[in-house]
Amino acid sequence: MEASAAAQGPVLLAVHGALKTFGPVVALADGTIELRAGEILALCGENGAGKSTLVKILAGVHAPDAGTFTMDGAPCAFRSVADSKATGISVIYQEPTLFPDLSVAENIFIGRQPKNRLGLIDHAQMRRDAASLFTRLGVPMNPGRRAEGLSIADQQLIEIAKAISLDAKVLVMDEPTAALSGAEVERLFKVARALRDAGAAILFISHRFDEVFALADRITVMRDGRYISTHRTTETSVAAIVHEMVGRDVDALFPARNAEPGPIVLQVSGLGRRGVFRDIDFCVRAGEIVALAGLVGAGRTEVARAIFGIDKSTSGTVSVNGHELAPGNPQSAIAAGIGFVPEDRRKQGLVMDLSVARNTALTLRRRFSRFGLIDFRAEKRTAATWARTLQVKISSMDQAVATLSGGNQQKVVLAKWLATEPKVLIIDEPTRGIDVGTKAEVHRLIAELAGHGMAILMISSELPEVLGMADRVLVMHEGLISAALERSEATPESVMHAATGSKEAAT
Amino acid sequence: MSEHATVAVDTTAPLADVVPVRGPRWYAGRDATMVYILLAFLAYAALSIPRFASPVTTGFLLLDVVPTLLIAMPMTLIIVTGEIDLSVASIAGLSSAVLGVAWASGTGIWVSIFLALGAGLLAGIFNGVLVAYVGLPSLAVTIGTLALFRGLALVVIGDNAVANFPNEITALASAKLGTSGIPLVILPVVFVVLVFGLVLHHTAFGRGLYAMGYSKDAAHFVGINVGNSKFWLYVASGLVSAAAGVFWTLRYTSARSDNASGLELTVIAAVLLGGVSIFGGKGSIPGVLAGVLLIGSLNYALRLGRVSDVVLVTVTGLLLIASVIAPSVSAAVGRWRHSQRLRRHLARDQGAEPG
Amino acid sequence: MSTQATQTRPGPSGASRLGALLRLRELPVTVALVALVIVTAAVNPLFLSPQGMKDLMLNATIMMLLAAGQTMVIVTRNIDLSVGSILGLVAFGTGSIFAAVPTMPIWLVLLVGVGFGALLGSLNGLLTVWAKVPSLVITLGTLYVFRGVNNGWAGPRQFFAGDRPEAFGNLSVDTLLGVPIITVLALAVVIVLAVYLAGARSGRDLYAIGSDPEAARLFGINTSTRVFTAFLVNGALAGLAGVLYASRFNAVGATTGSGLELDVVAAAVVGGVAIFGGSGTVIGAAIGAILLNTITSSLTALRVDKFWQQAIVGVLIITAILIDRLASLRHAKHLREREGRNV
Repeated sequence: MEASAAAQGPVLLAVHGALKTFGPVVALADGTIELRAGEILALCGENGAGKSTLVKILAGVHAPDAGTFTMDGAPCAFRSVADSKATGISVIYQEPTLFPDLSVAENIFIGRQPKNRLGLIDHAQMRRDAASLFTRLGVPMNPGRRAEGLSIADQQLIEIAKAISLDAKVLVMDEPTAALSGAEVERLFKVARALRDAGAAILFISHRFDEVFALADRITVMRDGRYISTHRTTETSVAAIVHEMVGRDVDALFPARNAEPGPIVLQVSGLGRRGVFRDIDFCVRAGEIVALAGLVGAGRTEVARAIFGIDKSTSGTVSVNGHELAPGNPQSAIAAGIGFVPEDRRKQGLVMDLSVARNTALTLRRRFSRFGLIDFRAEKRTAATWARTLQVKISSMDQAVATLSGGNQQKVVLAKWLATEPKVLIIDEPTRGIDVGTKAEVHRLIAELAGHGMAILMISSELPEVLGMADRVLVMHEGLISAALERSEATPESVMHAATGSKEAAT
Repeated sequence: MSEHATVAVDTTAPLADVVPVRGPRWYAGRDATMVYILLAFLAYAALSIPRFASPVTTGFLLLDVVPTLLIAMPMTLIIVTGEIDLSVASIAGLSSAVLGVAWASGTGIWVSIFLALGAGLLAGIFNGVLVAYVGLPSLAVTIGTLALFRGLALVVIGDNAVANFPNEITALASAKLGTSGIPLVILPVVFVVLVFGLVLHHTAFGRGLYAMGYSKDAAHFVGINVGNSKFWLYVASGLVSAAAGVFWTLRYTSARSDNASGLELTVIAAVLLGGVSIFGGKGSIPGVLAGVLLIGSLNYALRLGRVSDVVLVTVTGLLLIASVIAPSVSAAVGRWRHSQRLRRHLARDQGAEPG
Repeated sequence: MSTQATQTRPGPSGASRLGALLRLRELPVTVALVALVIVTAAVNPLFLSPQGMKDLMLNATIMMLLAAGQTMVIVTRNIDLSVGSILGLVAFGTGSIFAAVPTMPIWLVLLVGVGFGALLGSLNGLLTVWAKVPSLVITLGTLYVFRGVNNGWAGPRQFFAGDRPEAFGNLSVDTLLGVPIITVLALAVVIVLAVYLAGARSGRDLYAIGSDPEAARLFGINTSTRVFTAFLVNGALAGLAGVLYASRFNAVGATTGSGLELDVVAAAVVGGVAIFGGSGTVIGAAIGAILLNTITSSLTALRVDKFWQQAIVGVLIITAILIDRLASLRHAKHLREREGRNV
């Protein structure tokens, strides 16, 4: 490792040349990392670079096929998560792993609940311990309530409380900020720095470079399952890191467009869903890209779901080309010409075990039917046409989509909807979890579709994407549209101002 | 979290020769295996069990499997969507009771049969509403309706039995096609199997069932009406189960409240043996057909071989366990062989580049 | 918005304790049982006579044990359909032991029965855990296999009460403070199991596993061992139930206990055990078992046509699931309105 010269504390955890394969798939070819006590190390890499696999090796979920792994100089051969925990490694995953049926306190202390004299769990003591943890974190939370129905941010807090209570020597945070708002991220960082100053080693994984550079002492870059480099944060730049992550220079990301909006296609009037959002009024014109911005949890996805009819709206109307849609009925939305690329590809966008052809044709089930029976050849032909158009990298149309990369999966989802020739396309987080190269491709594709007269409603948490793509930006805050900005008015400041609401902006 | 499912293209190259990627083939799938096992067994039985290969065998064997085969069809579709219906045998019992009481009270035989089927239809609608629209877990609901429908059968007919059905009707239930030994009733059964096979494998509706079996959310997002689909499956299940109950009554010339009791587990065992995944999303009608026939012919062969009923039950259970464990075993063997090859591969690499 | 919402949450108070009581999953089944007993006793006072009570308890004992064991398995998001067959095998085994060695001490027979049941249960657990196959399928298979073995072993033979020592039969005749001995035994087991599930770390692990198996694995809970243990204990309880069955009932043979499995699951569901794991208690399941058994006696006492009994049991099961569903929908709505934004 060339950067090992930049040593400060003693190396606490070291992995060298870790290899992990799953059948024919090499998830990690050369996992290498050196983590020192009292530092925060950021791990950067595109999706598929092997970060999560490395994390799972540290966590004891996977055992590496080859390579060395030491902690405090002693070799580690974890056979289970429990082994990893016993060594002092604590992992916070991107998606919180709570038990919905258990209380908040029990979620924190499960497996090491305090006991009373009879050797039974002391529930009152456990709740007190949890309450004092939350006091330390400075957040109000009722330790006795069930974890079911907690917001992602609250769940993340419980994960952090869990990690703190474990007094871990090594804390691994796998994209902990993905679902957090600005204030929540700040709070998390405060905790992370305090833990570092107390001598813990922290491995921090994030796709947001501002966070990486704000928090980390050093940065390790991975690409294609291999270790690339390590730098001190003060001695490198975002551009240099991105270059190493991608392995080449990244072109200007956003395609230039000359928007000539046509007639109104999608009209949303007074749409509301009790307890979630209300008074949503806007329209999208043919050939126009409208972005729905705001913090996670502001109600953007919920609005899109209500427009498409996944959730039933409690007030207001949605019409396409003047025809009003039946609320809570996706079939009617599809028939009217709406397509919906959902945020969670794996659970909502695709049927992971089905082939590329069948996934693509899922929206067209009825169109391929002759006398009620599906014409398999027509189905495959159409799917193949779209796969070619979108340049999906596949070895066969019969390949299960689970085996594709994130970017290619997203293309299959797009293909599925484009095949229905929609008039309106709703895209929720179009490039989440997609590598930089494919990202640009997806952006170009969206621009092209708008160029062909499609009305596009895009939800995105990435500010550059919103500003680079949209003709108009609607900003949501706490279930209301707090601002509608033209392209010329939309700046990072104006969007964030509207997204955080006037209260925070005033301070 | 999801990295392991994605192929990092560059790094697969050195291992490509180690583990070839194979796609599924129709002749190598789970269904095909079932068909092979069935054929192998039939061949073995025909050669080594006296009197197995005869028209009498065909007749009795087929008559015996008719109720299981019938109910297995809607059951397959239901399990493919990730649900289950435990109340099928109780519905058959209820329809048998209704048929008996209607006939005994002087209703015409065809009207009685019609009423029996109607009872099954209503039972299916009841299940369907609770599972599809109220959103209750089907396992729990159908344990409840298993008791409810059997209980209603008792209410309808008590502990009486009705046996004096008209001869021409009961004869029809066991009539043969010429001298082939094939029962006449097989014709409508084949029709039912074909209909369910086409619906599952060749229609948009069937495609939707697989999608919702894999992921209800994903199905919802492409506009599949999950609730309606499930509702109609339970209705079909009720109707077909009632038909099986009618057949049962006429074949054994006896309408009783406890007809076909316990059949639900036999049907589910046959369906799962036929390669349908209890988690939903996987399975096919040909596989289930082979599963039902395998259990049926095995039972019949054992009985011909004067093996007692005792072993029959055990064999059914062992087959079921073996069928679900086999993939795990072969996966474990596969993993072991993969790690062996990988180890050899790594050792070779290290030998090739010293230092 | 989460912080704003959390600040307004009230701490525990008298009102919320009452609320907690009302949200207890065991509440509906307990209310139903009490109401049923009161109504029946009002119509037919003989129902609550010492003999009437004793019969009620005797009838519920075996189902109570089975439901308690089944709860342990269901809580982990598994199911054991083979309990009826295990009970049958052990009951017949008990008969055989006494036929061969009539002087065998009763405690030893109990021990052998429990051990035999545990062995069969551990087979279920082993297959489920090792092959990672849904337990519904595995135990459906072992339901047949165990029953087949029982058939083969028993053939047409049956053991009757006369074949067993009188002291053994007296277990279900003698009482302690008016409660039959076998019921005392079963109650003790249920209480121990209830305390274990609520108060032991490994007991709580079972709930975690059922609540989210994948999270439990990531968290480092030894899922395999825990699930295996649940199956083993359930088998042991089915074994105990089998021995007690032989004491309570006149004849044991090849078909003893067949068809019990779905009644057991029904009792647990009626008692508020969620069929997909994560919540429910042994006490609730035991009350569910008592309720299902009491209905039969109540209907007789109320002179309702006996043919209605099973249908009413069916209605009860569906009602229990419906109540559970409505409660969870209300809870979700409550959360959305209290912790969601005010729009």
